[in-house]
Amino acid sequence: MESVGDRHLATIRFERGDAEVLADPAWQPGDLIVEHEPVPGEGYPGYALVRRYAGPPYPGPSTEVARLPRPRLRALQQRAKALAVTRAYFAEQDFLEVETPLLVRSPGLEIHLDAVPAGGGFLITSPEYQMKRLLAGGLERIFQICKCFRGNEHGPHHSGEFTMIEWYRAGASLDAIIADTEQLVARVVRELTGTTQIPVSGEGRVWETFTCDVAPPWLRMTVREAMQRWAGVDVHGAEPAAELVAKCRAAGIPVDDHAAWDDAFFAAFLARVEPQIAQLDRALILHDWPAPLAALARRTPGDPHTALRFEAYVGGLELANAFDELVDPAEQRARFEDDQRIRRERGRAVYPIDDKLIAALAEGLPPSAGIALGFDRLVMLATGAASIDQVLTFSESEL
Amino acid sequence: MYDTSDIRKGLKVLMDGNPYNVIEFQFVKPGKGAAFTRTKFKNLLTGAVVERNIRSGEKLEPANVDQRDMQFLYKEAGDLVFMDQTNYEQVTVSADLIGDAVDLMKDNLPVTVLFFNERPVDVSLPTFVFLEITASEPGVKGDTSGNVQKPATVETGATVNVPLFIRVGDTIKIDTRTCEYVERVNKQ
Repeated sequence: MESVGDRHLATIRFERGDAEVLADPAWQPGDLIVEHEPVPGEGYPGYALVRRYAGPPYPGPSTEVARLPRPRLRALQQRAKALAVTRAYFAEQDFLEVETPLLVRSPGLEIHLDAVPAGGGFLITSPEYQMKRLLAGGLERIFQICKCFRGNEHGPHHSGEFTMIEWYRAGASLDAIIADTEQLVARVVRELTGTTQIPVSGEGRVWETFTCDVAPPWLRMTVREAMQRWAGVDVHGAEPAAELVAKCRAAGIPVDDHAAWDDAFFAAFLARVEPQIAQLDRALILHDWPAPLAALARRTPGDPHTALRFEAYVGGLELANAFDELVDPAEQRARFEDDQRIRRERGRAVYPIDDKLIAALAEGLPPSAGIALGFDRLVMLATGAASIDQVLTFSESEL
Repeated sequence: MYDTSDIRKGLKVLMDGNPYNVIEFQFVKPGKGAAFTRTKFKNLLTGAVVERNIRSGEKLEPANVDQRDMQFLYKEAGDLVFMDQTNYEQVTVSADLIGDAVDLMKDNLPVTVLFFNERPVDVSLPTFVFLEITASEPGVKGDTSGNVQKPATVETGATVNVPLFIRVGDTIKIDTRTCEYVERVNKQ
């Protein structure tokens, strides 16, 4: 320790969020920083980062940040690192980072999402409509890391405000998006943990050490195959709801008499398929979704009963959802009108159709594929967090 | 009426005419599917646990239940009389609600009485009670091994199996869930 006038200089070593005062035990993290330097050979956010602090001896309370509990500080560092790795990946792939508005007039019409009203419009549930307009406008590879907002969602894997990584490739197919997903997730997990093996535990899983490997290539399975193998239900995609209900019941899965098609599907999927996905020791690409769950995906050429859509699962956690984008403006409008009708029937808020998106499709959206990946969930996986609240800067309950 | 955002541990709801207590819940939402809250309810009358998925938008009816701290006064025929110490109100409850542990109840024992639609429907005793031994045969000398026990009578008149070293005048701790001896305690 040195003294400069009546001020002291102390060296504080940060190690994985832990502040250990090396020179003077009286010093607190958060005292005035006069300089800081990484330890040679070790990088930020450093498993060892030495900072020099100066201030009066035995200083009083200083910045809040340094007084954060250690797990929170670590989560913040891991988030920052994951963001940096994500941006580095997309820079290498020659993507343009974009920022589309969070406050819009027409939020997503998806029938199971509630948009949060704000400022005479709504906060986005996903940035997809505006990003597609950029594709129609001629951009080829774009990505965005932004906040999205969904009403009435809070749980271990859900927060009303969360961070999404969304990216699109014009002129590419879902295979390119799968490759991106595999590379990006493996890279983030490796940079944060030093390995691609994620320890898995929790509900529905055996309480013993078992890991899920995110190294490419990931497992691939069609939805139909997964439902057949694990739920014993043959989902065709063209059957009426009543028929799917009957199939589920025949397989011993309780479903309400008048359940909608998607409710019957998810009753079987959640009861039988998800618990099995959670047991896989590798990440999974679950692809070719039945047409009633197409959302904004294009139908599979030659098979109108499935859509070119996949979901990525890691350790049982649904991490991302991708579409080979629907580019037909007439079909897009018809699907939006359908969504509006269903929302009205179910007593949910009916949002306006985004005419500018339809117009952009009419002008010509090139064949494109895109994906939305839950950034907070990715950080959860890489830090072993059991709840999304553990990786948010402040959770809803802390506001 | 409650909706799914009201669900939390300890919420009392009415389902099929029975009062239930929420003991566990988890929000579930598949990417493109409907959200629901997977909820475990405990029947306050029978103790049976049921799991139900409550869909977002679905309503739950509040149950008119009330838990009150009361004190045991005395037995009267097959009934027990309790008093609310805050307002000195007395209620009479059938001894059947309590089961075997009724024999371990001493005057002034603090209990929690559950009221459903203003009627007492359940009584929760403290997990442990401390009672004095009033009668017991002396232990047979030499027979001190392992789990050998003998019957003993406690001050409330109940008979409890105790280890051989327990003597008249000792105070013992008894688990009211099993009505079994736990340990000997020093008198205060």
